[in-house]
Amino acid sequence: MRFLVLVCSLAVGALGAAVSASAQETLRIGASQFPSTMHPSIDEMLAKTYVQSMTLRPFTGYGHDWELRCFLCTELPTFENGGAERVERPDGSVGVRVTYEIHPDATWGDGVPVTSDDVVFAWEFGKHPQSGVVSREVYTDIRDIEVIDAKTFTLELEDLEYNYNAINDLQPLPAHLERPIFEADPANYRNATLFDTAPATPGLAFGPYRVSEVEIGSYLVLERNPTWYGVTPAFDRIIVQVVENTAALEANLLSGSVDMIAGEVGLPLEQALAFEERHGDRFQVTYEPGLVYEHLEANLDNPILADRRVREALLLAIDRQAVSDQLFAGRQQVAASRVNPLDWVHEPDVPTYERDVERAQALLEEAGWRPRPDGVRVNDAGERLSFEFATTAGNRSRELVQQFIQAQWAEVGVEALVRNLPPRVFFGDYTNRRQFPGIAMFAWISAPEHLPKTTLHSSMIPSPNNGWTGQNYTGYADPEMDALIEAMEVEFDAERRAELWSRLQKLYARELPALPLFFRSNAHIWPTWLEGVRPTGHMDLSTLWVEEWRPAEPGR
Amino acid sequence: MIRHLLHRFAEAALVLLVVSFLAFALIGLMPGDPIDLLVNADPNVTTADAERLKALYGLDRPLLDRYLAWLGGALQGNLGFSRLYAQPVGAVLTGPLLNTVLLMGLSLVLGLVVAVPLALLAVRRPHGVLDLVVNAGAFAGLSLPSFWLPLLLILLFAVTLGWLPAGGVHAVGDPSLASRVTHLVLPVLTLTVLNAGVYLRFTRGALLEVVAEDFMRTARAKGLGLGAALVRHALPNALLPLTTVVALHLGTLLSGALVVEVIFAYRGLGKLTYDAILGNDANLAMAVLMMATALTLACNVLADAVYGWLDPRVRFDG
Repeated sequence: MRFLVLVCSLAVGALGAAVSASAQETLRIGASQFPSTMHPSIDEMLAKTYVQSMTLRPFTGYGHDWELRCFLCTELPTFENGGAERVERPDGSVGVRVTYEIHPDATWGDGVPVTSDDVVFAWEFGKHPQSGVVSREVYTDIRDIEVIDAKTFTLELEDLEYNYNAINDLQPLPAHLERPIFEADPANYRNATLFDTAPATPGLAFGPYRVSEVEIGSYLVLERNPTWYGVTPAFDRIIVQVVENTAALEANLLSGSVDMIAGEVGLPLEQALAFEERHGDRFQVTYEPGLVYEHLEANLDNPILADRRVREALLLAIDRQAVSDQLFAGRQQVAASRVNPLDWVHEPDVPTYERDVERAQALLEEAGWRPRPDGVRVNDAGERLSFEFATTAGNRSRELVQQFIQAQWAEVGVEALVRNLPPRVFFGDYTNRRQFPGIAMFAWISAPEHLPKTTLHSSMIPSPNNGWTGQNYTGYADPEMDALIEAMEVEFDAERRAELWSRLQKLYARELPALPLFFRSNAHIWPTWLEGVRPTGHMDLSTLWVEEWRPAEPGR
Repeated sequence: MIRHLLHRFAEAALVLLVVSFLAFALIGLMPGDPIDLLVNADPNVTTADAERLKALYGLDRPLLDRYLAWLGGALQGNLGFSRLYAQPVGAVLTGPLLNTVLLMGLSLVLGLVVAVPLALLAVRRPHGVLDLVVNAGAFAGLSLPSFWLPLLLILLFAVTLGWLPAGGVHAVGDPSLASRVTHLVLPVLTLTVLNAGVYLRFTRGALLEVVAEDFMRTARAKGLGLGAALVRHALPNALLPLTTVVALHLGTLLSGALVVEVIFAYRGLGKLTYDAILGNDANLAMAVLMMATALTLACNVLADAVYGWLDPRVRFDG
C-alpha cells in the first residue's frame, strides 16, 4: 500500500513538474490588435512594433532611463568620440557625417550576417517614390551612405540637428532576400515583400525570436532565433494571440488561454483597474505613465478661445486630479505641460493650474463674460460663452472625462456643446484642416526630447497655402515659440538645450495654446511567475528587452 | 419556371451592378481618406508624402475612374489587394469565408432542428404549460443581447468550468478537426440560441394558423392523431413563412455574425467586413459586400423556387 502511495506521489510530482516545465516553454501574450503588415518600414502600427521588437532591433533607441543608446550598433557616434563630423558644403548648408558599426555578431535567422548592404538597401527602398513608405523623411534626410566595410558605414545627413545620432527609424532590411523582389518591380514591392507573403522566412529576423507561424488576424507564433547574438531568451516560443474585444481578452486571461496581456496593446486603463480589483491577487498589474499626452486643443480662430484669460479660466475650472482619482484611481498623471516628467528635459517649475473656481470666475469677468440667470455667461454684445466640445466617439475614457469637464465648466458659466465624432471623421478634415470650431480633446504621442515643431511652430498651422501641412491645429502663432524651436533644433550642448526646453515649457504653460490634461498610463498584466518585464513609458516597448523575461525561480 | 428563374437572375445581376456602384461610391465618399488618416497619425508625413501615397494607391483619380478600374478587375476575377492585411483580397477572404459558412450554416441548421420540433410540441396544446415554457424560451432567445450571451458562456464554460476554449478558430498550431470542433461549440451555441428564438416564433405562429384550417379538422375526423396531423398536414403548410425567414437568414450567411465573431475572436466575414470598412480597405470591403449581396439575391431566387415546390398553388407565369 505504502509502495502504491509512493508511486502515486512520484507520478503526481513528475506530472506537476512536466506541466510546469511545459508551461514555461511557451509564453502566450494576449493583445487587442493585429499588425496590418509585417514589413518594418511600411505603415506604423503599435501591434507591429510590439512583435518586431522581439524579432528585430533598431540601430538606436531609448533605454529604460529614457537615454538614447545603441541596440544594433556598437557605440553611439558623437563629436566627442570622433564618430560624428560636421560637414560644411559649398552652397553654405551644414550637414553631418555619422559613422556606425553594426554589432559584429548580428546575423539574420538564415545565417547571413547583417551588413552595411542591408542599410544601403533599406535607404534605397525608403527613398524610392513608389516604395509605399509613409514618411520618407528618415530616408531623404540621408544625403549619402558610404560603406566602409561589411559592418561599418557612414551616413551623411542633409542637416545638422541636435538629434543627429538617433537613427531609430532606419531599420536594416535583408538585402539578400528583399532586394531582388524590390528591383523586379518597385511599385509592387509592398505587395510582394516576404515580410507579408512569407513572414516565417528565417532570414527576416535577427532578434531573439523569429516568426514561425502566422494566422492572419488571429495569432503569431515566434520561436527562438538560433542566430541571436545576445542573452538567450528563456522561452522557446512566444505566441501573440489577438482578441480584439477587451472583455473577451480578459476572459481569455482568466481561462488560461493567454498568460499575460500586453500593456501597450491590451486593456484600457479603466478595465484594467476593475480587473485588478477583482483578480489582482492572481496577477501582477503594473501601471506605467507614458508619452501619450491627453489634452484639449482650442481653435484660436474662435474669438472666445483666442482670449488667453478664457483658456486659463477653463483650465482652472477643471479638477484634473479629481478626474484622475475618480475615473482612473489616480493612475493618470496630471500634466502641467506637454513634456512628460520622466523626460530629462522636463521643467517642474511651471504654473500647474490646480482647480480654483473663484479665480476662474474672476478671469471670465475680466474677459467681459458676465453671469446670467440661465447659468451661461454672456458678453456685452449678448453672445453666449458657448462652444463646441468634441472628442472621438466610442472612446469610453475620453467620453467620461468629457462629461466631467463639461459639468465643471457649467459651474463657472461655460456652455460646452458636446459633439463626438467617429475617429476617422474626427482625425480627418475636422482636426487636420482645422474645421473644429471650439475645443477638440485627443492625444499626441511623442518621443523623449521630441521637439514639438509640427504642433507649435507657426509654419505648421495647416492651411491651403502650405498644402494643409503641419499639426498646429490650434493655430498658435508666437514668434517667441518659433525662435525657441528653431534654436533648439541646432543646439548640441545638452545644458543649453535644457535651458531652451525650460523656456519653451514655461511659455507653453503661460500661454496655454492647448490645455494639458494627463499623461495616459498603460496597464500591464502578467502572471506572478513571470519576471523581467519592464515597461518603459516611451515608444520603445517592453518587448525590446524580451530576452530578459524569465519564469521566476521557485521559492522567490 | 426556368424562364422565370432566368428572368430573376438577370434582375439580380442588374441589382448587383447598381449595388456595387453605390457601395463603391459610399466607401469612396466616406470622410477620412486613408492617407489623410496616416498624415494625422504621423507628424513626419509631409504634403509631398501624402500626394505620393495618394498617387500610389490611385486615390488621386476621380471616383468613377476608380470604380470602372475596380469593376474591370472584378469581372476578370482580380479583386485587388487588401491594404489592411497586405495580401491579395482572395487570399484574405478564403479562411474567413469557410469559417463563417461553417459557423452560420451549423447554427442555422441547429436552430431549425431545435425550433421546429419545439414549435410542434408547443402547438399541441396552445397556451398550455409547455407552450408557455417554449414561448418564454423563444422570447429569451430573441431578446438576449448578442454581446452578453457569448461573454456569459465564456465565463461559464471557459473560465469557471474550463471545459471549452474561450475563443479562436482552433488552438495555436493545431488546426485538427477536434480542435476546430471544440472552438466552434460556444459560438455555434450562442447563434443557435439567438436564431432558434426567431424560428420558433415564426413556426409556432404559422402552425397555429394552419391548425385552425378545415383540412386539419378533416384529418382529425378521419382518425389521424394530433401529432401525425401536425407533422403530415400542418407542418408542410407552415413551412412557407419559415422559408422566407430562413432565406433572409441565409442571405446574412456571408456577412457573418459580427458581435459573436469579435467576442470569440473567431475570424469570419462579419469581422472582416467591419475591419475593412473602418480601416478604409476599399477592395476588401467591396469584395465582402458584393459576396453578401450576391448571396442574398441568390437566396431570394432560391426561396421563390422553393415556394413553387412547397405549394403547388404557386405558379410562375414568366
